[in-house]
Amino acid sequence: MTTLPPSLQRWFDTRGWQIHPHQREMLERAGEPALLLIAPTGGGKTLAGFLPTLVELGETPPPGLHTLYVSPLKALAADIKRNLRIPVEEAGLNIRIEDRTGDTSSHAKRRQRGDPPHILLTTPESLALLTSYEDAPRMFAGLQRVVVDEIHALAESKRGDQLMLALARLSTLCPGLRRVGLSATVDDPAAIARLLARAPDPCAILTADPGPDPDIRMLVTDQAPPWSGGGAAYAIPAVLAQVRAHKTTLIFHNTRAQAEIFFHNLWLANDDALPIGIHHGSLDRLQREKVEAAMVAGQLRAIVCTGSLDLGIDWGDVDLVIQVGAPKNVKRLVQRIGRANHRYNAPSKALLVPANRFEVVECVAALDAVKAHDLDGEPRGPGPRDVLCQHILIAACAGPFDADALYGEMTTAGAYATLTRPQFDDCLQFCATGGYALRAYDRWQRLLQRPDGLWQLRDPRSAARIRQNIGTIQDTDTLKVRWRGRGGAPLGEIEETFAASLTKGDTFLIGGQIVRYEGLRELVVEVSRDPGKKPKIATFMGTKFATSTQLSARIVKMFQQDIWPDLPPHTAQWLALQRKVSRLPEPGRLLIESFPHDGRQQLVIYGFAGRNAMQTLGLLLTKRMEEMGLAPMGFVATDYATLIWGLDAVIDPAPLFDLDALESGLEGWLAGNAVMKRTFRASATIAGLIERNLGGQRKSGRQATMSSDILYDTLLKYDPDHLLMQITREEAMRGLVDFARIREMAARVGGRIDHVTLDRVSPLAAPLFLEPGRVPVRGSADERLLAEEVARLMDTSGLSDVDTPD
Amino acid sequence: MSFAFTFHETPLVALPSGALHWPARDLLVVSDLHFGKSARAARHGGAALPPYDTRDTLLRLESDLTTTGASHVICLGDSFDAPEIGAALPEDEQLWITRLQAGRDWTWIEGNHDPGPIGIGGTHLAQRALGPLVFRHIATSTERGEVSGHYHPKARISLRGRTLSRPCFLVDDKRLILPAYGAYTGGLDTGAHALSALMQPNARAILTGPTPCAIPMPR
Repeated sequence: MTTLPPSLQRWFDTRGWQIHPHQREMLERAGEPALLLIAPTGGGKTLAGFLPTLVELGETPPPGLHTLYVSPLKALAADIKRNLRIPVEEAGLNIRIEDRTGDTSSHAKRRQRGDPPHILLTTPESLALLTSYEDAPRMFAGLQRVVVDEIHALAESKRGDQLMLALARLSTLCPGLRRVGLSATVDDPAAIARLLARAPDPCAILTADPGPDPDIRMLVTDQAPPWSGGGAAYAIPAVLAQVRAHKTTLIFHNTRAQAEIFFHNLWLANDDALPIGIHHGSLDRLQREKVEAAMVAGQLRAIVCTGSLDLGIDWGDVDLVIQVGAPKNVKRLVQRIGRANHRYNAPSKALLVPANRFEVVECVAALDAVKAHDLDGEPRGPGPRDVLCQHILIAACAGPFDADALYGEMTTAGAYATLTRPQFDDCLQFCATGGYALRAYDRWQRLLQRPDGLWQLRDPRSAARIRQNIGTIQDTDTLKVRWRGRGGAPLGEIEETFAASLTKGDTFLIGGQIVRYEGLRELVVEVSRDPGKKPKIATFMGTKFATSTQLSARIVKMFQQDIWPDLPPHTAQWLALQRKVSRLPEPGRLLIESFPHDGRQQLVIYGFAGRNAMQTLGLLLTKRMEEMGLAPMGFVATDYATLIWGLDAVIDPAPLFDLDALESGLEGWLAGNAVMKRTFRASATIAGLIERNLGGQRKSGRQATMSSDILYDTLLKYDPDHLLMQITREEAMRGLVDFARIREMAARVGGRIDHVTLDRVSPLAAPLFLEPGRVPVRGSADERLLAEEVARLMDTSGLSDVDTPD
Repeated sequence: MSFAFTFHETPLVALPSGALHWPARDLLVVSDLHFGKSARAARHGGAALPPYDTRDTLLRLESDLTTTGASHVICLGDSFDAPEIGAALPEDEQLWITRLQAGRDWTWIEGNHDPGPIGIGGTHLAQRALGPLVFRHIATSTERGEVSGHYHPKARISLRGRTLSRPCFLVDDKRLILPAYGAYTGGLDTGAHALSALMQPNARAILTGPTPCAIPMPR
């Protein structure tokens, strides 16, 4: 059995702590090339990851980088630095710990490259950037261990793929490098282990005692939640009562907009003036840091927050977590609950606050799933090639490379283990020449092959441009918000599309304050104080979360009951009303509702097939409707239903579902759709065709939207088999489009379609009108609406008699 | 469908593509072709954009020339994305331009992207007067009957809660501004200060697209 060195053992003893079994096991197996630890939050997971490093470094370590720690969040790196310094200092170890993120000063960054600390804490993007420097081999010389924290969160996105390609590079630079992954509880640990290990190395999985089940309930209020709406304003008094009854409460929201509105309402009702703060990713960094500091100092009774506080940050005395809005995803719910009560082996306490009655149903289904330990997850396919293209460019920045060696290196990343050489060569060609069928400007290609066979940048200056565009996070484009006037203090950021919708005098919420829009100045939104009580513009858009399919299935099952004893009476009544005015969805049948609303004809299809499939259905049906002259204008898909709006009502939906007609000519329709253009934009940006940053200045998002759509249309017309078009199709099929499920659904339903025509929105359809992620359909409706609007404008302006069209 | 209107007592036609036709003079006017935009981007060491922009622009221009049968052409400047970029175009594209010029009276107006001679046939002028109209790249503040380009105007219009954005002509009593004709060109919103300040309050926007139509200029 491995024993701790005396200095660390003394530190454990003075704290009165015992080393956890999984921490000891991590220490004993520290020599393995790859280890994955699955442990609940609060299980001393991070210390388990670092103990081998502290033991190996000892009291007086030689200089040089020993351990690299990578986390998905900047804030997490800063938090770990704080927490890790405690045992290091108290045990008297001379270990230098530093973080390096987008927030680190350029001076500190330069110093770190010349004289790296023993432990460097960073993010996937900052690491990718580090590997792009020519001096990377010197900086990483002697690196022994890499610890990937919250790997379950990274594994779900391209950030994970980017990280693993960077680790492949590190393993080339440091052949003995050992990898450790730290993960919350997940449904498929083996998949994460495959991602972590250097292929084809094995990766052992250690599982810590999961601890007791969390104490998690739905918050019961006297007031019924509304039929639709996301603000949960009805629950404010009940939430305040909970805040009063606990030491520190974290109040999670699914979107920033919801957090802002809730915080505003909470503040209006906060008669005791309890210290309550707000924290989300759109707020200015200084504001966020202030809230974080107040939290650490124990000065706040509650924080209204979003996912920016989601991951593993240790805020000490949190004894209650409140989730406002349905949790959408059981895994995320369980991880959020982990925030409360960081004492291992004591149950965490959490409350769910549904924002509307549909969410009551979702919350009850999620609670059942938590009790059943039914975690949801979607398998990911092979590694996306847009990320691979970016890493070829990163490799070129670091210096000339040999294509065979780079191919060998990249296929050691688990997600790319099955990448073929021709696929790799296509990516290399894309990076070098653009990879077009027409070879027009080869003398200006980006990478060229030297006589000795190595590849290098044609123009060394392009390295700076490539470095500026490293990363895979597809943030929506945002604009900074400042107080008006010279040197106005920054408040945060809003999405560019939201800013575009504002006119002077509009008021909206940011940082819990009502502000008045004054204008746009050099891509900064200027605002002034507004004494009003109610913001005119209610919201800015937020991230859309998909409910897992497992939850959908639970919900449709719940609908089949005659009465709903497990649901609060108001929600049971709401479902009964839906049954009365329309119907409830049934397995094996397909419920469709049509009704007019908002000056348009609405069609709702309750397919319960998951968001990807419902989105596909939206694409298919709008295509048929366009062919049938029904002038569809757009659709939005949730996990349960697809809502389509257009100019003409659908009288008989059955012909719409003719599968053969649905699928014929689909490719052409799909190719022209906004979903594909959005996907192309993301992949083209990652692969380096579209540069978001140019010479330190970020291009305005509107400009970027324009150019990516034009590039997409051009490729579709002249070079439809181009690598980026292939990637776009792959990505769309992977993430957005799910044909198999639609065929399956059609087969299951057969001809059993229940079509209900209503004169107004049904209870079940109401929440759909708040869904973000609406997909426009640009077809005949555009021209019809335009003709209508032109006639109106010309009439009102008296210009209608001047000219006549030819 | 195209849109007929009168500017400075001159009957003109706005084509769906963004070209301007003057039937009485047998003249086609296009602005901001930006030939060689992808070539220029590649030269600067950035990513290679799809090199199909020039042929796409040429295809549309050829089609407009065939439809109108125009024997006179004026390109209102920024025809080439950079002064010497014409020579960098693939040979077939250079020949294509020459083919379109054959038998036509062709004028290149100088733009800010392509000042001075550009090494390709045709007449090169800073501006050109024809009857009551004068053609130049950038609008001046005083001239009347002026036809220009440069700004790439684009109108945004709200249709029952959805936004439609289209390149457009701008026209008032004094001046007419053409939309950009080239494939890889963005647009400047008509609400932008530069355009609002230039155009008179009664200015109209003629939207390009399947059915060109006029609306009061959105500001």
